Amino acid sequence: MTIQDLQKALNKNIRDYGMFIALFVIMTIFTIATNGLFLSPRNIADLMNQTGYIAVLAVGMTLVIVIRHIDLSVGFLAGFLGAVTAIGLSILHLPIWLVIPAVLVLGILAGLLTSLPVAKLGIPSFVASLAGWLIYRGLLLLSTTGTGTINISDPTFVALGNGSIPDIFPENSLFLPGLHKVTLLLGLLAIIWFIFSDLRARKQKKSYQFDVIPTDMLILKLVLISGALAFITWKLAGYNGMGWTVVIMLVVVGIYDWISRQTVLGRHIYAVGGNPEAAELSGISVSKITLMVFGSMGLLSAVAGILFASRLQSAGPTAGTLFELDAIAAAYIGGVSAAGGVGKITGSMVGALVYMSLRNGMNLMGVDESLQYIIRGGVLVLAVIFDVSTRRVKR
Amino acid sequence: MSPHILEMRSISKTFPGVKALDEVSFQVAEGEIHCLVGENGAGKSTLMKVLSGVYPHGSYSGDILFRGEVQSFRGISDSEHAGIAIIYQELALFPELSVYENILMGQEITKGLSVDWNETIKKATQMLKTVRLNVNPETLVKDLGIGQQQLIEIAKALCKDVKLLILDEPTAALNEDDAENLLSLIQDLKKSGITSVLISHRLKEVIEIADTVTVLRDGRTICTLDRHKGEVSETLLIKNMVGREINNIYPPRHHKIEDELVLQVNNWSAYSPKLGRAVLKNVSFKLRKGEIIGIAGLMGSGRTELAKSLFGNPDGYEIEGEVTFHQQKNRFRSPSEAIKAGLAYASEDRKGNGLILIQDIKSNITLANLLKISRRGVVDANQEVKHANEFKAALNIKAPSVEQAVVNLSGGNQQKVSIAKWLFVEPKILILDEPSRGIDVGAKFEIYTIMNRLVELGMSIIMISSELPEVLGMSDRIYVVSAGKIAGELSREEADQEKIMHLATQ
Repeated sequence: MTIQDLQKALNKNIRDYGMFIALFVIMTIFTIATNGLFLSPRNIADLMNQTGYIAVLAVGMTLVIVIRHIDLSVGFLAGFLGAVTAIGLSILHLPIWLVIPAVLVLGILAGLLTSLPVAKLGIPSFVASLAGWLIYRGLLLLSTTGTGTINISDPTFVALGNGSIPDIFPENSLFLPGLHKVTLLLGLLAIIWFIFSDLRARKQKKSYQFDVIPTDMLILKLVLISGALAFITWKLAGYNGMGWTVVIMLVVVGIYDWISRQTVLGRHIYAVGGNPEAAELSGISVSKITLMVFGSMGLLSAVAGILFASRLQSAGPTAGTLFELDAIAAAYIGGVSAAGGVGKITGSMVGALVYMSLRNGMNLMGVDESLQYIIRGGVLVLAVIFDVSTRRVKR
Repeated sequence: MSPHILEMRSISKTFPGVKALDEVSFQVAEGEIHCLVGENGAGKSTLMKVLSGVYPHGSYSGDILFRGEVQSFRGISDSEHAGIAIIYQELALFPELSVYENILMGQEITKGLSVDWNETIKKATQMLKTVRLNVNPETLVKDLGIGQQQLIEIAKALCKDVKLLILDEPTAALNEDDAENLLSLIQDLKKSGITSVLISHRLKEVIEIADTVTVLRDGRTICTLDRHKGEVSETLLIKNMVGREINNIYPPRHHKIEDELVLQVNNWSAYSPKLGRAVLKNVSFKLRKGEIIGIAGLMGSGRTELAKSLFGNPDGYEIEGEVTFHQQKNRFRSPSEAIKAGLAYASEDRKGNGLILIQDIKSNITLANLLKISRRGVVDANQEVKHANEFKAALNIKAPSVEQAVVNLSGGNQQKVSIAKWLFVEPKILILDEPSRGIDVGAKFEIYTIMNRLVELGMSIIMISSELPEVLGMSDRIYVVSAGKIAGELSREEADQEKIMHLATQ
């Protein structure tokens, strides 16, 4: 393999890797600017937990934007559902195994309700979800009027946003002292699973006599991604281990990424985004897909609401403010196209990570909040410019 | 010999990976009608984009001389300023605005800071007279037919004091009457001193109207023929376009039509709530196994509406009538029901609602029947590539791989992808709506060959077409549709162009 080959491969797939490179650059800058504080295990764990609820929303928003819609209601819906959770747990003293599933179902129903006029009557989703924004904001205020901020003390619930997965080995044993062993084990399993599934897919392709990437490129790719996984695992293991938020986020991203790439449903969603008329004439019900995508958005709003309430251990009247715009920004940074039909789930997760790294890193540096907003806006514009210009070259 | 108004010398233009134009020279004499012909992908549109400045000076090599001066257009506004106007296949009008607003768009007549609407309407009325279009200037453009819209485009160009008018396949979407009308308008414009360049796939009209014809092939100028010296004929043009002789553009067929009726439609009527009128009135027809029936008729006569109303009615018409599909009375409530039963409909509008342009070939081919290559809702990506490769080979889809985005393919290859998509659902009846619109002679022949192969295998085909030769050349029986009704049925033997046109204009 020559340098030219590598450059060619990089150029061809720059869109796929661009976000990772950007993340890498941002992280390096912050690490230098904060004398390594940014990359300390504690901060990485913090960053991942902060990213959780935005990443979950961005995943749902990706599919919404892919089918050429937008959902502005998700922020206050998340806030409202967080308040419902708090009422269920702290005021009605219902058990958590009842409250969480009920809230998730409520989220799906809310998403379906928002999109019903969109799917059935062709009302623009901007308007329908703006109405949702107002309604859920009202409901949030209503549900917290008597009580103000509702504190939640249920330990299981609080652990979702603050706790980590348990370690079966004692923390200070002689074997790898100070590290979270289960996290390390999970990370190791993830790396093995990744390498194994990649090689299996390659073997399958070969059995069909399709082209596969050259061996040296493959090794480079495996080493880079395994290395990144190992690095994050090491960092997380160094501070209490992997948080439940990270677990939930990864599960959501994993499931949605799989649905979007491998399943008939996913293909139908991207077909509707690429050309709704053609999709309809291909036997795909556009209104059904619209309802499903918004239903899933509602579900993920519920997940985000639960994560946020759990993290704050309370639900307040302003919870969820501007989450929808953070999620939309993360999705766009992650390479979703406003024209529809294009956008990766993993891209949006990385987008969320980039977006939250900026917030986290600048907080560590003590950058003034007003400047933070301006810089985040600049990065958003740059990301979209990058996206559009790389798309143009590819012909 | 009149002097040249336009000379393009040794124009070369390269796109990443493709040499689109290779030392093309192109000369247009003052005051003539010059036709530019060639297969899709021959470089006609690219050449016109170079001329109009869409590809700015510097992005190509070679010289452009317009009215004796070397030009370096950096954009459309430069070429327009010099007196060149191009009318593209896709019209650039504002459907929600009135005729007069459209005609003067970009060259508004002003009084102080505001637009002088009275003068505008006066000027527009005058332009409408020039293009012989008899409509109220306050009509909204969306309420006009496509032929009338084309005339609006020309009126708009004439407003700009145009010296050279370039029309990119202006008649492709028109019915015969509108096309006829447009061609005679171009001839009138010639009398008033306007030079025209006409890009066209319809060789009949080229022969009828051109003073000179230039043939492009594979990005090169093949020849320039002078009609007045008797150099222009259909066979010669086709020969130069494809580089080989096609004696019969309709391939022979050996299929056997069986007596079994696969589709019978009785008293089928459809009312469109959106348009507020009936689009189909008491249509009855039948289709046998292994048969190709042609549905002829003018644009807007209800042909596409008929196909869509049968194909699960996606436009939401209110329907009355009866369909017997394989001995079963059935009315499909959605395209997906129709597809499952074995009906397929390849749309006339490939780009608009046939294909997903941003997706690759394989995804387009498998879209309508993903279940075939999936297990428990999970798509087998390898199976998908395998099937797509088989279709690519069988239909001779020209592309580096099935991972190529459909937007990068030529019209003919897009049409093949569209057909492959519907063959992938293994239909019993295939409805092809304008199967050869906007594609070149070579690709047409291939598509006709595919159609013949399919009926030989026992499939039945309903072909909707505006091109009379195609209807005559391909159909076993012909139904002529006019104003939402079946105006007549003709057998292959008795049908000819005059009879069809007679029925269609009833």
